[in-house]
Amino acid sequence: MAVPKSFSFDTLSLHAGQQPDPLYGARATPIYQTTSFVFKDTDQAAALFNMERAGHVYSRISNPTCAVLEERVAALEGGVGAIATASGQAALHLAIATLAGAGSHIVASRALYGGSHNLLSYTLPRFGIETTFVDPRDVDAFRVAIRPATRLVFAETLGNPGLDVLDVPRVAAVAHDAGLPLLVDSTFTTPYLMRPLELGADLVYHSATKFLGGHGVAIGGVLVDGGSFDWKASGKFPTLSQPYSGFHGMVFEEESTVAAFLLRARREGLRDFGACMSPTTAFHILQGIETLPLRMQRHIDNTRRIVAFLAAHEAVESVVYPELPSHPDHALAKQLLPKGCGAVFTFAVRGGREAGRRFIEALRLFSHLANVGDAKSLVIHPASTTHYRMDEAALRAAGIGEGTIRLSVGLEDADDLLEDLSRALHASQK
Amino acid sequence: MELEVQGKRAYVYTAGHAIDAKRPAVFFVHGSEQDHSAWALQSRYFAYHQRNALAPDLPGHGRSAGPPLTSIAALADWVGALADAAGFRQFALVGHSMGALLALEFAVRYPERLSKLAVLGAAVPMPVSEPLLTAAHADDHSALDMVNVWSHSPRAQLGGNTAPGMWMLGMNMRLMERQRPGVLYADFKACNEYAPAAASAARIRMPALIISGSRDRMTPAQPVGEFLAGIAQASTLTLDGTGHALMAEQPDAVLDALIDFL
Repeated sequence: MAVPKSFSFDTLSLHAGQQPDPLYGARATPIYQTTSFVFKDTDQAAALFNMERAGHVYSRISNPTCAVLEERVAALEGGVGAIATASGQAALHLAIATLAGAGSHIVASRALYGGSHNLLSYTLPRFGIETTFVDPRDVDAFRVAIRPATRLVFAETLGNPGLDVLDVPRVAAVAHDAGLPLLVDSTFTTPYLMRPLELGADLVYHSATKFLGGHGVAIGGVLVDGGSFDWKASGKFPTLSQPYSGFHGMVFEEESTVAAFLLRARREGLRDFGACMSPTTAFHILQGIETLPLRMQRHIDNTRRIVAFLAAHEAVESVVYPELPSHPDHALAKQLLPKGCGAVFTFAVRGGREAGRRFIEALRLFSHLANVGDAKSLVIHPASTTHYRMDEAALRAAGIGEGTIRLSVGLEDADDLLEDLSRALHASQK
Repeated sequence: MELEVQGKRAYVYTAGHAIDAKRPAVFFVHGSEQDHSAWALQSRYFAYHQRNALAPDLPGHGRSAGPPLTSIAALADWVGALADAAGFRQFALVGHSMGALLALEFAVRYPERLSKLAVLGAAVPMPVSEPLLTAAHADDHSALDMVNVWSHSPRAQLGGNTAPGMWMLGMNMRLMERQRPGVLYADFKACNEYAPAAASAARIRMPALIISGSRDRMTPAQPVGEFLAGIAQASTLTLDGTGHALMAEQPDAVLDALIDFL
């Protein structure tokens, strides 16, 4: 007998989490732009507050439009559920705040988005949470850095901006051996290119602002729980395995065997920190996800042409992209990212910072701004913008040079993009 | 809480409440390859509404010590021993799928101990297809794939969960993956081999409620077998468009029906 199939990725991108509106039959997901929801009666109100019934009470905690987005991303990632947040940074903070507190320690990759590096390096220590940064290519370094107080191992699926490919299965094994969950930022890869939960990660988050939304119109984040990590067996997570006086003594991992993390994150993290997503933002991001498979394939196709062009150009010193044999993670990328290594990469123009400046200013199609994952092609100089808070050593450790340029390749006609790059490279060498 | 039942440790979800002997008890029993959390919303409601709500992990499932029991009769006796350990002579019993068979068998064996009986996703007999049994025997993941797809209605395959942000298929799959090797086969074998005499249904004289889903492919609502049809005081409720995972797909409708009935 053939094993019955559930719906495929492309179908889930369009449908997961949504049923046609039962009142008016609207096919598109309605925007429930409301702060709160009328109770049927006092008993239902009490039951909703006490988690005896599922439903919506107040849009900081949950909202029907956001719930469609959450369910859709969870379905695409193969998780048990998700929480939509105000930004990718809010998703990262929600994950950390749910698992860690004063005295906790995190082991993190040193190749992180500048904002994440900032949060871990400078902000969280003020709240008693310390981080040890390690080379993401050195799996043993994760093991060595783990302490008794460690509560989380954290890295990006593709490091920013050097595109270090995280060996998710091996790093997950290191984390699990120590009774710890692995959290990954999968913004650059999206579930179209990699499903980290299937590779062993326990929690995944996205800056939905980027490829998921895809159109550069809304800031948001999504945090997904894989539901596999055994919080009780670990013995390191009293926030999930001990009674919580902030919610009638609820023991989250007794309440839900597979979704304890999400329960606590929603019932404490969203309630108390409040970094929720707006329903209109959820709608915008859902529109993007509907075409995620189509867009990602086009992003990859365009990127491959541009990488090949730059790699052969005499004005280009180096190109960092894992599909190139010169990239240190080339073999791992073939194994973990067979569909492509994303559409964000860096290269160095001959002539350093000044040549880089001339290059950026000569571009016409590529927009000079601080974002990635837009439908439109983007360019930035990391050393003076996204990573400006990092000192020279940290920059070097993250693989960023003075002349490093980061491209986020969009969906334009590849020939037009190549022409733009060609002209700008010529200008850079004058 | 944890109780000792038949010499082994048994976990019972009570929504964190201690047992109150002055209040009536309702036991919620899960199905194959599941645990107490299948009843999360319904059991929590009753725990906060003047009942003792007890949702155990059956032997070998979830947090309860193993091994899994291998017959519906043994499971029924285990629930009796659990009720004894919790201090309840008479109680209401609610079961889903394999838990429904357990509840029916308990009602046949010990009718005097039940005040009320509710079964969901029940079919008597409950044959399990050979390919599914074979895959379960091999602990092959394809068994879980089959169960997950067949347990959810076409509507639920795309989501739209009442519980905000939760992906129903993912939750059910992960819960099944958490169970120990051999549990699914033991459960399915017990269901497959359960063959009560139709006449024994006459012993079920307490008020009974049978809830089914119109799109249940694991235990189709129709035709109603001779055994279920032979329960004298049974009322029936069919939830339109709902699959076998009734408590997940229609948590409010199930809860409302149980509130009215219990």
